[in-house]
Amino acid sequence: MRRTHATIGLLAAGALVLAACSKNDTSSGGNPAGPVTLTINVFGDNFSLPGNRSIYEEYEKAHPNVKIAENRSDFGTHHQNLQARLTAGSGTADLEVIEVGQIAGYIGQTDKFVNFLGEGVDAGQWTPAIVQRASTSDHKTLIGLPTDTGGLAMCYRTDLFAAAGLPTKRDEVSALWKSWQDYLDTGSRFLQKAPKNVKWFDAGGHVFTGILGNDKETYYNDKGDLIVESNPAVKAAWDQTVKAIKSGQSAALAEFSPEWNTGFQQGQFATVTCPAWMMGYIKSNAAATAGKWDIATIPGGSGNWGGSYVTVPKQGKNIKAAVELAKWLTAPEQNVKLFKVIGNFPSQKSTWSQPDVADFKSDFFSNAPAGKIFPASLANAPAQVVGPQSGVIGNTFSTALNSVEQGTDPNTAWQKAIADIKAAAGTG
Amino acid sequence: MTRSILRGAPPARDRRRPAAPPASPHTGRRQVWRSRLYRLDVKGSPYLYVAPFFLLFGVFGLFPLAYTALISTTAWSPRRPGSEDISVGLDNYRNLLHDDNFWNALINTVGIGLVSTGPQLFLALGIAHLLNYRLRGRLFLRMGVLVPYVTSVAAAALIFNQMFARDFGLLNWLLQPFVDSPIDWRASKLASWTAVSVMVTWHWTGYNALIYLAAMQTVPYDLYESAAIDGASRWRQFWAITIPSIRPTIIFTVIVSTVGALQLFAEPFLFDTTRNHNGGADRQFQTVVLYLYQQFWTNGRYGYAAAIAWALFLITVVIVLVNFLLARRIRGSDD
Repeated sequence: MRRTHATIGLLAAGALVLAACSKNDTSSGGNPAGPVTLTINVFGDNFSLPGNRSIYEEYEKAHPNVKIAENRSDFGTHHQNLQARLTAGSGTADLEVIEVGQIAGYIGQTDKFVNFLGEGVDAGQWTPAIVQRASTSDHKTLIGLPTDTGGLAMCYRTDLFAAAGLPTKRDEVSALWKSWQDYLDTGSRFLQKAPKNVKWFDAGGHVFTGILGNDKETYYNDKGDLIVESNPAVKAAWDQTVKAIKSGQSAALAEFSPEWNTGFQQGQFATVTCPAWMMGYIKSNAAATAGKWDIATIPGGSGNWGGSYVTVPKQGKNIKAAVELAKWLTAPEQNVKLFKVIGNFPSQKSTWSQPDVADFKSDFFSNAPAGKIFPASLANAPAQVVGPQSGVIGNTFSTALNSVEQGTDPNTAWQKAIADIKAAAGTG
Repeated sequence: MTRSILRGAPPARDRRRPAAPPASPHTGRRQVWRSRLYRLDVKGSPYLYVAPFFLLFGVFGLFPLAYTALISTTAWSPRRPGSEDISVGLDNYRNLLHDDNFWNALINTVGIGLVSTGPQLFLALGIAHLLNYRLRGRLFLRMGVLVPYVTSVAAAALIFNQMFARDFGLLNWLLQPFVDSPIDWRASKLASWTAVSVMVTWHWTGYNALIYLAAMQTVPYDLYESAAIDGASRWRQFWAITIPSIRPTIIFTVIVSTVGALQLFAEPFLFDTTRNHNGGADRQFQTVVLYLYQQFWTNGRYGYAAAIAWALFLITVVIVLVNFLLARRIRGSDD
């Protein structure tokens, strides 16, 4: 009897070990003709909207052997999981989307990604600056194909503008703010007659990002050095934003928080710095505000915020099929379709003059000619230098400005932010 | 002991062999073999029974512990190829001692721990006491208190985030008559600690109540009966009979809650709206584990994060030891 127990114990232990070792081998080999399920990890509305996966369906229709499974997580989780799975050597999806502020952090790990330059990709379809961000410094390796780009505009609520006695026509509104200082001065005017509990903008972090959108070098210089502390443009943008916060212009809603989403729905702010992809975000988060929005030009005239790249990690089992899908998803035709469905603005300059893009008007935004506004802001936009921790540094400033909104002394907040950035992007 | 038996064995066998009839030399050897097997079974199989635990502990406990210690002496960052091999000795620990953010996180952790553990255990005691009475639908109520515990923290956090929202939150709506302006629950240490503690208390109170209830049910009913005959009120019964009887259980829950509080992560993580896991715009409620998480994931400082993990481990060991010694002294003075 006792021996039986011992045997059972041994068997159980053995089974555990076996279970731990066995791999679930779903598809062996990369035969492109056989049925494959391609997984793609995204951090938002990169290729689909909740309830609308038309772009995937189109590919599946043209390639009956391919099924596409999208897995969506939030921005932070997505990039963390990707890093963890790259380090662990397993677990990534066949295709992984990486945001522009994060892509430089993966350039040091190019051995873990497929090099698209060896896969017949014509890098010439994008501007050199966009391609460079996903390339090694010797231009021989390209780990990500650009999807969209975030030309900047200013979205505003026509109803709230009217209530405060400001002009509502988009040309007149654009004329109100040639510079960011004009924008903040208009904010003071707005606040004098603003409806109760309505602020000028959503969060200091967004204004800060917008102001810096006019500069080529912000957090890093061309050589890749961290210049946050010494760059006068950064401090100037900070001071300007802090002043606006102190004069009560900010609704103090942490970006991408549930409260921020509520702010869109409840109309807690009159303007929001608006990259092209923000159109889709507002539309899906505050559907009831349709027709109350319009789009004006960005103060300073130019800017770029956001955009993404599609990568194919080498650890995947269907590399060949994944590369094909990545190339198709980032081709000009698909980028144009995505612009019309989601609002993500195509990164290929050649598409901007196509009637499908150039004549596009968004009915949600009072028929604003989005197809003309965003290219105009991109045309003058400097090719911004991004470094490995650009995304984290931007978030650190947003958080620090949020602490100013909560009452922290601006000088203390600045010093803490600089210390945090050194910890995040230094050598520690 | 064992060795002397084994050494003594061969001569005994030699002596027996010539005496035994040659008919069954085989059976004799088999007997020896069987007795050896039997001895191995008695002495060895308990180890085999506990082996799975140690095997799993080795894989999921000991190895990570040792590997974390190893990483904590490196400058490993995923952004710098080869950095996992750069040894920095104890530099990470030295930096930790001078890191204001670490001390801030430690204060937050202890603060939230105190604000949450106290009410949690008192509430649990009270609830367990009430559930120990003969109530209508007692089983239903007993199962009911466990519902928060089996609800996922993430799902609960969604609701709590709505309740603690600054502009359109339920709590601020209720507090409207009593405060001048709505409370920004994430803006101050006290408010954010309260919010996080409420989430923790909500989650763990039922669990502790059930443990207390189990202990209370072992208290002989005659004690209450005779106390009632002597005219002791229920309150008096609770303090004079229930509490002393379940003291070991209370000590157990205090230790377990302390360890849990030191490792607090999910609630502040889910309450946080910053995109760099700052635990509040000014780190108002960043706990040690959340700080570790930020250093590891957001900043990619694997070595430093590992040092934080080890520091937290050592702090936990010290606090549990103090806890344990105090508990022993309390019990000792009682006997």
